[in-house]
Amino acid sequence: MGTLEVRNLVKEFRLGHGLRRSRLRAVDDVSFTLEAGKTVALVGESGSGKSTVARTLARLETPTSGEIMLDGRSVSGSRSALRAYRHDVQMVFQDPFASLNPFHTVAHHLERPLQLHGVARGRDAVAEHTRALLERVSLTPAEVYAAKRPHEMSGGQRQRVAIARALAPGARFLVADEPVSMLDVSIRLGVLNLLARLQREENLGVLYITHDLATARHFSDEILVMYRGEVVERGPSDQVILDPQHDYTKTLLAAAPDPARHGRLRDEVRAELAGERA
Amino acid sequence: MTVPVLSAKGVSIEYRTTPVVRAVRDVSLTLHRGEILGLAGESGCGKTTFAYGLTRLLKSPAVLTSGEVLFHDRVGGDVDVAALDGEALRAFRWDKVSMVFQGAMNSLNPVITVRAQIDDVLTTHRPGMSRAERAGRAAELLGLVGVDPARLDSYAHQLSGGMRQRVMIAMALALNPQVMIMDEPTTALDVVVQRGILREIMRLREQFGFAVVFITHDLPLLLEISDRIAVMLEGEIVELDTAENIYERPQHAYTRRLLESFPSLVGERGGFVRSGAAAGESGTGHAPGSDADAGPGAAPADSADSAADTTIEGTA
Amino acid sequence: MAENRILPRRSAKLVAGLVITLGIVVFAVVAPFLVQDPRFSGNDALLPPSADHLLGTTKLGYDVLAQLAHGARGSLVVGLAAAAIAIVLSLIFGIFAGYAGGWTDEILTMVTNIMLVIPGLPLVMVIAVYMQSRSLWLVAFILGITGWAGSAVVLRSQARSLRSRDYVEASQVAGERTVRILLVEILPNLLPLLAAQFLFAVVFAILGEAGLSFIGLGPNGSITWGTMITDAYGGNAMSAGAWWWFVPPGLLIAVFGAGLSLVNFSIDEVVNPKLRVVAEATGRRRATEASAPAAVPASPAEPKTEVTV
Repeated sequence: MGTLEVRNLVKEFRLGHGLRRSRLRAVDDVSFTLEAGKTVALVGESGSGKSTVARTLARLETPTSGEIMLDGRSVSGSRSALRAYRHDVQMVFQDPFASLNPFHTVAHHLERPLQLHGVARGRDAVAEHTRALLERVSLTPAEVYAAKRPHEMSGGQRQRVAIARALAPGARFLVADEPVSMLDVSIRLGVLNLLARLQREENLGVLYITHDLATARHFSDEILVMYRGEVVERGPSDQVILDPQHDYTKTLLAAAPDPARHGRLRDEVRAELAGERA
Repeated sequence: MTVPVLSAKGVSIEYRTTPVVRAVRDVSLTLHRGEILGLAGESGCGKTTFAYGLTRLLKSPAVLTSGEVLFHDRVGGDVDVAALDGEALRAFRWDKVSMVFQGAMNSLNPVITVRAQIDDVLTTHRPGMSRAERAGRAAELLGLVGVDPARLDSYAHQLSGGMRQRVMIAMALALNPQVMIMDEPTTALDVVVQRGILREIMRLREQFGFAVVFITHDLPLLLEISDRIAVMLEGEIVELDTAENIYERPQHAYTRRLLESFPSLVGERGGFVRSGAAAGESGTGHAPGSDADAGPGAAPADSADSAADTTIEGTA
Repeated sequence: MAENRILPRRSAKLVAGLVITLGIVVFAVVAPFLVQDPRFSGNDALLPPSADHLLGTTKLGYDVLAQLAHGARGSLVVGLAAAAIAIVLSLIFGIFAGYAGGWTDEILTMVTNIMLVIPGLPLVMVIAVYMQSRSLWLVAFILGITGWAGSAVVLRSQARSLRSRDYVEASQVAGERTVRILLVEILPNLLPLLAAQFLFAVVFAILGEAGLSFIGLGPNGSITWGTMITDAYGGNAMSAGAWWWFVPPGLLIAVFGAGLSLVNFSIDEVVNPKLRVVAEATGRRRATEASAPAAVPASPAEPKTEVTV
């Protein structure tokens, strides 16, 4: 059992220059623990700071204050510590059209992390691992996909490659930043199910960042609702969705379309107008 | 309620490229006065092309190859949209049928104020209006869509995404059209803002009685607002029914698949796979094949999400 | 289907540009071996074109074709050498600055801006004046170190935008080193842009050399198209009506510039996605992605993925 823990994370961005400089607190005192084999959903609207949390966890941003702890140990900023950290914590980006280099083949994207983290040495071993990775994300026949370039694949396939790349170093924790929001609706579930399956099979800890409450509820064990940099509500996913406590969570839930409530908005508006006329 | 206002019969649209792409195939559809008709489908299904065809906005190499589009005017007879040109076409657009597109930032002119843009629509189509009348109407329109009329002197970049889209709706309302075509008008917005705008559209629809063709891939949203929903796949309408029937009794396999792509927020889990230890420990496990990804049968299904956009070359 | 976006599409523009450019390059490489000594003054002066002298002779009895052939070599050497120097400098000041950011960027950008605001030709003149004997290479060097700022600005902005691309960040997350990210992830995607900048620098340098020669600050003792025009001007070729003397070098400079520009336009269509979409929409079938009228792929097999039932 491993844990990835965030303690009192604060991230501020400097805005502007010179005298008109100001600070934007994108993440304000956020703490949570990600356990191996569990999924935590970080839910919020754009600008809530959820992506900044993801980027900080991926060490693309350095925290202004607060700590990131892997298996109970604080992670320092040294190069070797960072490499060791990245061996365990990887990220899946939102836009599979942007997160793969158009110039390189799929194989390149997978071979590099394999080599960098010493997972496989030697041409044959690397090729074998690449093939295995592609099969793990159901891109078969692997040889065919390994030779493709990003623009020859659909969004869903690209995102699978991105997931395989994140798994390549042997990561135990995955930060998935809106992993399906750029995909066509009918292939979203396929990608989410893939993540779920991998998590189950490999006991991954997943931080699922999304604005979609429905998949957050069904896909994760715990939900944290972020609003303006702060976590305003947290709890087991069913509890947060079915019995929200914070006003913001309630607003979000009321605004989210739900197929089960067809005709709701239409009828609500009619009732409102009827009420006004009466 | 069942008086037609716009009807399309056997509309086919092709992209005259090599090879020819048949984007819309023999689509017939009747829009009733005052109804909200949802047009659901994924990217590349032809829904936007079809909407452009309805309003004669197709640009080369897209060509309407067959079929007719009739507009049944509230006063006067039917108008053959395909036969319109020049002045008549200009008058038809905005005046009878108006449009709200995805991405208001691109639709609003960045260098002139909101007031000037609304003014522009009014001077073009209502030459008889005086300056004062136009100013009054502009303020009234913004009020209708829930934007402070003080914002009339703002430029597009000074408005939030939601406000921009509201301004677009105000402009579309300007001439009191009988039909509004909305192409993903709220897709880029956060749910709370989206909700507010949808609510506004619904209210205005009740007040002014225009019909709406609402295009989006977001089926749950359509289910909440639409009277009827048409599901498009590969350029064809595969199912057209009331929102209730689409949800309760979907006929076409594709409709069912789309519905399954959107798990209910508060309802039962259905077949959606719950990941993580909790589910595993509960002993219920997962019904065999529930995670199609895992099964050996997954591979062919998997590779099918290929063809869809292999032709799309690198995106910027 | 395996189209590589790095290569320009074959179009009339590209083919014409390549034919012109390669033709002149071949001429510069081969022709000097086939013509007489360009400094042989034993011919009659100011002969119009004839079978013996296809492009006539100059006032000093030099064969114009021979001069043109050696001049082509000289001009191309100046152009290529200057462009090579300029592109290396713009890589350092552009891409490195753009990627590194921070103070490195500030300082490098400041140097670039200074170079950008100093008028080019006067600077070149001042440097050239100080050099008593100017070889071809020295002129190329002077043109190279004064002509990189423009493309550095372009490359910097491009590198800055690439730096924040997801795939660059993804390789950071994978643990890739900065140098490798620059060379393996970023640079290849800049190749079309670099090629365009390089070709532009070649044209710029050839024109610059001609300009320098014309005001008497060109290379001493070498023949280029620029020195030919200068000689023709000094020898009153215009008033003597000896068009065969001054037209060919001028024409070649213009045609060569046009040829490279045509190649550049084709590369531009690769670099600039907007131009690419136009090229695709007109020339070939290409779905235009999500942007407005959603085109359907040829075999519109809608994605049929696994959905849990």
